[in-house]
Amino acid sequence: MGTDGLATGLAILSTVLVVAPLVAIFVYLIYKGASSLSLGFFTQVPKPEGEPGGGMANAIVGSAVLLGLASLIGVPIGISGGIFLAEFGRGTKLANAVRFTADVLNGVPSIVMGIAVYSLIVYRQKHFSALSGGVALGIMMIPTVTRTTEEMLLMVPHSVREAALALGVPNWRSVLSITVKTASPGIITGCMLAFARVAGETAPLIFTALGNSNWSANLNEPIAALPLQIYTYAISPYDDLHRLAWAGALVLIALIVAAVSLVRFVTSRGVLKGAS
Amino acid sequence: MIAHVPETRAPQPALPTEPSSAGTPPAAEASAAEIAGIRGYLLSRGNSAVADRGFHWLMVLCALSIFGIVVLIATELVERSQLSWSKFGLGFFFSTFTDPDTKLPMYWDPVNGHFSALPFIFGTLVSSFLALALAVPLAIGLAVFLTEMCPRWLRTPLAFITELLAAIPSVIYGLWAVFVLVPLLREHVNPALTKTLGWTGFFGDDNPTGLGFVAAGVILAIMILPIISSLTREVMNAVPGSQREAVLALGATRWEMIRMGVLRNARIGIVGAVILGLGRALGETMAVTMVIGNTPQITRSLLASGSSMASVIANEYAEASGDLHLSALTEIGLALFIVTIIVNALARLLVWAVTRGAPAQVH
Repeated sequence: MGTDGLATGLAILSTVLVVAPLVAIFVYLIYKGASSLSLGFFTQVPKPEGEPGGGMANAIVGSAVLLGLASLIGVPIGISGGIFLAEFGRGTKLANAVRFTADVLNGVPSIVMGIAVYSLIVYRQKHFSALSGGVALGIMMIPTVTRTTEEMLLMVPHSVREAALALGVPNWRSVLSITVKTASPGIITGCMLAFARVAGETAPLIFTALGNSNWSANLNEPIAALPLQIYTYAISPYDDLHRLAWAGALVLIALIVAAVSLVRFVTSRGVLKGAS
Repeated sequence: MIAHVPETRAPQPALPTEPSSAGTPPAAEASAAEIAGIRGYLLSRGNSAVADRGFHWLMVLCALSIFGIVVLIATELVERSQLSWSKFGLGFFFSTFTDPDTKLPMYWDPVNGHFSALPFIFGTLVSSFLALALAVPLAIGLAVFLTEMCPRWLRTPLAFITELLAAIPSVIYGLWAVFVLVPLLREHVNPALTKTLGWTGFFGDDNPTGLGFVAAGVILAIMILPIISSLTREVMNAVPGSQREAVLALGATRWEMIRMGVLRNARIGIVGAVILGLGRALGETMAVTMVIGNTPQITRSLLASGSSMASVIANEYAEASGDLHLSALTEIGLALFIVTIIVNALARLLVWAVTRGAPAQVH
């Protein structure tokens, strides 16, 4: 009984030790962030260093632009890749290789992605741009979207595909309007998950989107982004900027927690409404 | 199917209303015309062979783009690091220089064009292994608790909480570490470490900032916990229930059952999960950059500030002082890319070896 009780105690202890930092992070975020949030945060651009006030309106818009661009690149290519894995390549060597590479690519540090895109776009264009930031984030979305799309499509029962094909529907229509449509709640949540992941990415933006303290939605110019702004403010020496960083972090985490909770809610409700 | 494609373009008899108006044809001939008519109709309305093949190849192309991305990253990094490679060769990864003024060893001098990746490799390894040492026991403990001991009602919220830990962006961990963790370490933990373990030389007290390897290791440990724990859980779930029952039937206690029936069977997968966590730790950038102190030095003390491969790139890339500096930073990035590819591939293979037969799960 001795070792058994000891092991149980250790397992419970480690659980507590894991949960503690999360609670600490959230308590601090809410405590520090909420006291610094104001209307100005959402409507004003940053003031010059050292001056109180100012907000992150430009960074919020910038993040929206970057994420929109990233989704335009990552979502269609990712979903198509997932369709290949689940519908055409099942069991083939090519599909296994693609799946494996996607998993490995998922583990490549985002800063490496940033260097590659810097070298591909910024170095050749000779200036930082929103476009390069969006491309970096978009590329990072592809493996995640591909793998979740595949997993969702594999849950669609074979009888649904067979029924569509027996009606004489061409295969591509069957895939798009029957299989993908059946799995669409799951695929959408997969895309949200990838979206939430790149929404907080900072490392690939440092030397692609660069950041901008003014309004800009021009794809050819440096653009501000919420995580980038949090980083710059956190390492600055001014208390006002630290407060803004906490407020920005609270907004960012609220966005991400909302996305993750939605994913959790949809998947726990049964991913495939019509097919179980 | 494909052989029929040209036929769809050829004029086909209309649907079988024709034969009845054409007088009195023999019955056999009429049915042949009917069949041809139906076939022609079916083929003409879909013409799906071309569309199907087009669709198929489009999907293949998108799937192949994943290989394309890997090739693209590799070629861009190799091309951009040529300059540094041709100047320093393999010595880039382990050479040191001597400062002409202070006679101290130095590694990274953008002003005079001396570059060596050694202190950054040291920093990455030290912070990552420190993180593993802290995170692995906790992650396995959590996984054991969640799969084997936890009451059902607590399982879902706890799993959700660990999922949330994985979703918090690196920069927010960094922010929290800068304002909460580092002051805590500076005021309480580091002095205690120096007092009790200072004699080993690993916990010297010459760094008053609190920024350094220990701070980086602790925040990295918190960050890689969820991935190790969720994969360990997946691997443990893949162990068949009959194994547990068999061990229990022999009179084992619960802990003996977990140790002999579950952990032993899952050990390859758990090693895979740990290696995957290592891969994350090696490449983690923002949080480490914010707390490691960013000093390119090799010291014995873990409380000293240092610098990692990812952090030096994050700090200096945008303001690199010249082509050689940029090239040296890119070469560090290339090394990071190759190492993380190998580490991740190895980890995936180990995890797959255990969970291959188990149903797919969404993380």
